[in-house]
Amino acid sequence: MFPEVGQFSLILSLFFALLLSILPLLGYWKGNRLLLSMAQPLTLIMSLLVLVSFVALSSAFLTDDFSVLYVAQNSNSQLPIWYKFSALWGSHEGSLLLWVLILCGWCTAVALKIRTLPLEIGPVVLAVLGTVCVGFLSFLLFTSSPFVRILPDVPADGGDLNPLLQDFGLIVHPPLLYMGYVGFAVAFAFAVTALITGNLNAAWARWARPWTAASWAFLTLGITLGSWWAYYELGWGGWWFWDPVENASFMPWLAGTALLHSLAVTEKRGVFKSWTVLLAIFTFSLSLLGAFLVRSGVLTSVHSFAADPTRGVFILGLLIVLVGGSLLLYAIRAAQVRSTVSLGLTGREAWLLMNNILLTVLTLTVLLGTLYPLLFDTLGLGKISVGAPYFNSVFTPIALLLIVLMAVGPLSKWHQTPTRLLLKPCGLAAMFSFGLSAVVVYCYEFGGLAFISLAVVFWVVVLSFSDWFSKVSAGTKGIIPRARQLPRNYYGMLLAHLGIAATLVGIVLVSVNSEESMLRLSPGDTAHIAGYEFQFDQMTRVTGPNYVSSKGQFTAYQNGRVVATLFPEKRFFTTRQQVMTEAALDAGLTRDLYVSLGEQIDESAWGVRIYVKSFVRWIWLGGLLMMAGGLLAALDKRYRKRAGA
Amino acid sequence: MRKILLFLPLVMFLALGGVFYSQLGKDVNYMPSALVGKSVPDFTLVSLFDDELVTNADLPSTPYLINFWGTWCPACHIEHPFLNRLAQSGITIIGIDHKDQQALALQWLEEKGNPYQQVLMDEIGHFGLDMGITGAPETFVVDSNGVVAYRHQGEINEQNWPTMKEYLQ
Repeated sequence: MFPEVGQFSLILSLFFALLLSILPLLGYWKGNRLLLSMAQPLTLIMSLLVLVSFVALSSAFLTDDFSVLYVAQNSNSQLPIWYKFSALWGSHEGSLLLWVLILCGWCTAVALKIRTLPLEIGPVVLAVLGTVCVGFLSFLLFTSSPFVRILPDVPADGGDLNPLLQDFGLIVHPPLLYMGYVGFAVAFAFAVTALITGNLNAAWARWARPWTAASWAFLTLGITLGSWWAYYELGWGGWWFWDPVENASFMPWLAGTALLHSLAVTEKRGVFKSWTVLLAIFTFSLSLLGAFLVRSGVLTSVHSFAADPTRGVFILGLLIVLVGGSLLLYAIRAAQVRSTVSLGLTGREAWLLMNNILLTVLTLTVLLGTLYPLLFDTLGLGKISVGAPYFNSVFTPIALLLIVLMAVGPLSKWHQTPTRLLLKPCGLAAMFSFGLSAVVVYCYEFGGLAFISLAVVFWVVVLSFSDWFSKVSAGTKGIIPRARQLPRNYYGMLLAHLGIAATLVGIVLVSVNSEESMLRLSPGDTAHIAGYEFQFDQMTRVTGPNYVSSKGQFTAYQNGRVVATLFPEKRFFTTRQQVMTEAALDAGLTRDLYVSLGEQIDESAWGVRIYVKSFVRWIWLGGLLMMAGGLLAALDKRYRKRAGA
Repeated sequence: MRKILLFLPLVMFLALGGVFYSQLGKDVNYMPSALVGKSVPDFTLVSLFDDELVTNADLPSTPYLINFWGTWCPACHIEHPFLNRLAQSGITIIGIDHKDQQALALQWLEEKGNPYQQVLMDEIGHFGLDMGITGAPETFVVDSNGVVAYRHQGEINEQNWPTMKEYLQ
């Protein structure tokens, strides 16, 4: 019964989404207040219906209703209860429902905050969001309904959730990532609204900023979690693979970062207007592109859902309508939203322009690398793949340059910056950071790019603090009261920039200071790696809820003292007949010990990978700082004023 | 001029859409081998059963399959019964025991049956490198001129065999 309720309420919600996408726009053109005022209730009803549908599918999962095909394919009665719930987004149909639910969540948030917007703007924003909802709801209903039943032959048990996804990281990773992806729909809707109404002023940018910052924060957290998950779950200790789907999440992040900054310029100085609009469209388009790449099967990736050409065609159509439509609108209308204020060449605008240029170049670099195999094949030139070497060699120098400039930007003033204001701190910071980096690199014998990269890290930290200090030490009030007066927006920026530095520390040290070895060990053997002694104590067999496991026990010693006991596992999932490696980790702020079981070589010996990873946690710590910065910026008090106030 | 520039993003996007459209429904896992259309690389390998040296000259003159396998490879377990059936239907299969131990391999063939006309030991894996394999099982279709006609990655089964069979002329 419940699945039918879910299906029915999805159909109803599509109906309301259609109304939402049409009525407020009609109201806008006819100047009809009644039609405009319907946007809010329509949004709330549509979202509620999608929520009902989501609850219906969840209950089918939680009650093991294997008469529902999607449940039968992705769940199993032996599955622990939290995985039964998260199995909902373990595959294409359910994850799309989650996507739509989150989209509706953002729509609801905008609808509830509609009074902060001018009377004719809010409803148009909601109508644009409604159009996006129509697209995804029809995609869900027409090609991928999760409520299809298999009657009358109901299977006795389900096919189980992919073991790779039976993990905490995978419970939270997709929802957070979708929060980010879909959140950019709000910035997109604001941009399209600006094009429709021709009303693009400082206020517009101020409305769009908190939404963009919030989605950016979620996307940052989602990507961070994804990287962390890949690190501990895939069993080879890597944290980023330049996999097409990772790139698909990274591109909107890069474009979204550019958008955050260009919105700041548009708000404060009224320049870059049409560029900001284009960037908002671009960012959301890249989110949609990610959805397309994952769900259409045009690229191979560990993340891909089962490919289905009809879905590919549908989502491509969706892409053409939403992105093509908005770009067409842009082409026709952007001339009217041109900037009128001139651009100061030494002002903060110029620094942020550099930021935008470099971030756009980075986005296009990743885009090109990701799509190059497709372009190559389409032109009939054959099959190629683009791997990490391309990305590392092209991406790294531009990213480093960007980070160097990132630290200087905040020191500058709007419109014009006196040269002496930059020269002195930058000169001192450069001497300090190069000196310190040289000492560190010399003492620890780091090679490669470590010298430059660590200098960049110190540079960012020094300049960030000196900027903060110059702001709080000016005036007579004393440091702490002044520090409290600085806006949250500013602290958000500071945190995010320091987050970048922390991530860079992790990336550099994990690449120059880690030890990795692959050994053949039997119980009783020991191995010496990077000053640690690893003893292989024993192997035991363990039975889990839906798997059997060979569980190793390793003790790590440092200078004769026990530092950690590690239990790497090789799990065999009985329903899917799949073997999974569960690496064992001893996490630390300065190093991770990582033991992962390979193949069993003979009766007692195992192939064992032992890594000592230096500062790897900092990669994700930086991600958390960036996320916190984004949220702080989104919660700045300035954004909460009502329209006209 | 500026008017035209504003259309640029749209035009680029539509071009990209065209590329995507042309790629829909293609088999992304299909990976042609650089060896297709070329002769089987020269080799000298040891036969599994009698330790005799075997070279290209000893390969069949009729179309046949070269199948890379190993006792360490789980997918080869699954593939083996199908290979036995192919051998019974008269298909010539040359087995390459890739990165494996002789005793284990002999035991495996004893237990599961031997579908191979010859089994050659590629203990270090040099021949696998020459053939450009990425894992096991992997199978090459070779025509009567000793030229590689097709490469298949992964196990052979009911579903993919008809495609391979077409190349085996």
